[in-house]
Amino acid sequence: MSTPSITRLHHGRVGLALHHLRGGEGRPLLLLHGLGERTPSEIPAPLAPWPGPVVGLDLTGHGASDVPAGGGYYCEALMGDVDAALVHLGPVTIHGRGLGAYVALLIAGARATLVRGAILADGPGLAGGGPTPPAASILTVVEPAPPGGTPYPWAMHELTRDVRPPDYADTYARLASVNSGLDTALAVVGVNRPPWLEAVVQEPGVVECPLAEALERFAAVD
Amino acid sequence: MDGGAESVDDEVRSYPGARRPDRQRTVDAHGLALAVYEWGDPTAPPLLLTHGGFDFAATFDLLAPLLADAGHRVVAWDQRGHGHSDHAALYSWDADLRDAATVMASIGPDPMPVLGHSKGGSLMMQLANALPHRVSSLVNLDGLPSRRSIPDIPDHQRTKLMAKDLTERLDHRRSVSDRQRRPGTITELAERRRQMNPRLDQAWLEYVVTIGARRDPDGWRWRIDPAMRMGGFGPWRPEWSMMRLPDIGVPVLAVLGMEPEVMGWGTRPEDVEPNLPSGGRLVTMEGVGHFVHIEQPRAVADLVLEHLA
Repeated sequence: MSTPSITRLHHGRVGLALHHLRGGEGRPLLLLHGLGERTPSEIPAPLAPWPGPVVGLDLTGHGASDVPAGGGYYCEALMGDVDAALVHLGPVTIHGRGLGAYVALLIAGARATLVRGAILADGPGLAGGGPTPPAASILTVVEPAPPGGTPYPWAMHELTRDVRPPDYADTYARLASVNSGLDTALAVVGVNRPPWLEAVVQEPGVVECPLAEALERFAAVD
Repeated sequence: MDGGAESVDDEVRSYPGARRPDRQRTVDAHGLALAVYEWGDPTAPPLLLTHGGFDFAATFDLLAPLLADAGHRVVAWDQRGHGHSDHAALYSWDADLRDAATVMASIGPDPMPVLGHSKGGSLMMQLANALPHRVSSLVNLDGLPSRRSIPDIPDHQRTKLMAKDLTERLDHRRSVSDRQRRPGTITELAERRRQMNPRLDQAWLEYVVTIGARRDPDGWRWRIDPAMRMGGFGPWRPEWSMMRLPDIGVPVLAVLGMEPEVMGWGTRPEDVEPNLPSGGRLVTMEGVGHFVHIEQPRAVADLVLEHLA
């Protein structure tokens, strides 16, 4: 097993790690990890059938990416992380787990011409803080960062509280299908259906299917 | 934080009734240095003031001295990215709330009255919900969001506008690392600010330029982080602030400036009244805009002092 090479990217003041898991020709599959996770060191077996290169982005506060002082994490900022990767990579297909699935939905809507299909999978942080604001609370102390510095505790705390209204999420799903020009822009391959995802699967241009089928479908689009 | 070593005293303007803080200190908010200011007797009972979005603590230079002279230790701070506080990599509502609680902890352990203007008023309502044992009384100055300023447009149009907004915001994010604010003269910066503060007079705006901006070799630049943009990035809705109001268990004074303007919400008394907690007081100020404490510092100070008495 060899260590994948890393490209350093920048989103504003945050340095991000983009891991190259496999080279090759064609459009890359970009992996987005779940909350508290990091890009795996090897391609997970179920994703191996992807015909092109495979890369993975460590989101802010995760893996080998930077930890900003003072926290302030929210999913639209992480969408900006992915946008920084799109500047470097050009068009991609995305596979997102949990938190990464929600971020994949956001970027698929916001940069619809650069995201050639997004696969939304189960994983940590899928539900976020739910459809309406959680009870007011303020935490001013968190546990120390783990060895290596990530996942940073403010990220773990704040990204389990961010609100994900269903009608907000399905606007992104609509933007993805209308503006990508794809018959199917989003494939939901997981089991869990938090309220935002329950709304998204009702939208045209969104399919529920097994992972293998989603990979095959998006590998076939230009 | 920059110490402003390049600034010279003759550039500090004066404005009738405005008084700079008596003391300044720094609070470490999880790695970010926040600039904290105090007016009045340091042993007097504290009162925490919270400024609005794209403002900074000096916008209390008219109100704070009046409250301090009436026997309060008045404390305000520049929110992250604003005024003389550090610029951050991330800005969020929850981070601002946490910074507020951190500043509060630096003042003392006892419950204290809090006052917020605009976004600061909404922040303080949520803080009073989250930490009821830390807040003894609340004043909200034109910080009660409502839907009135949000145009009612059809769904498909809204989706199109959202696509445009997302593209602009992401394009902005792509360019923030080498972005800086446009330099200008004090007059030019004041005129730029007037677009957001159309009712405030030029002499006041020039006064705040000399505090909220720094003088570079090529001109004055607002200190506020150029990475920040107006409006939130995300699913925030005005009712998420208003919903905090009925839950507040300490005396509430809410003030609405009735003249509509660009930075305000256009909220009407009937939007607020059903949400006022028991014993809460709503005061409307006719002929006054969003910046009630700058347009009418004496009247607002009197309302606050009466509320705290």
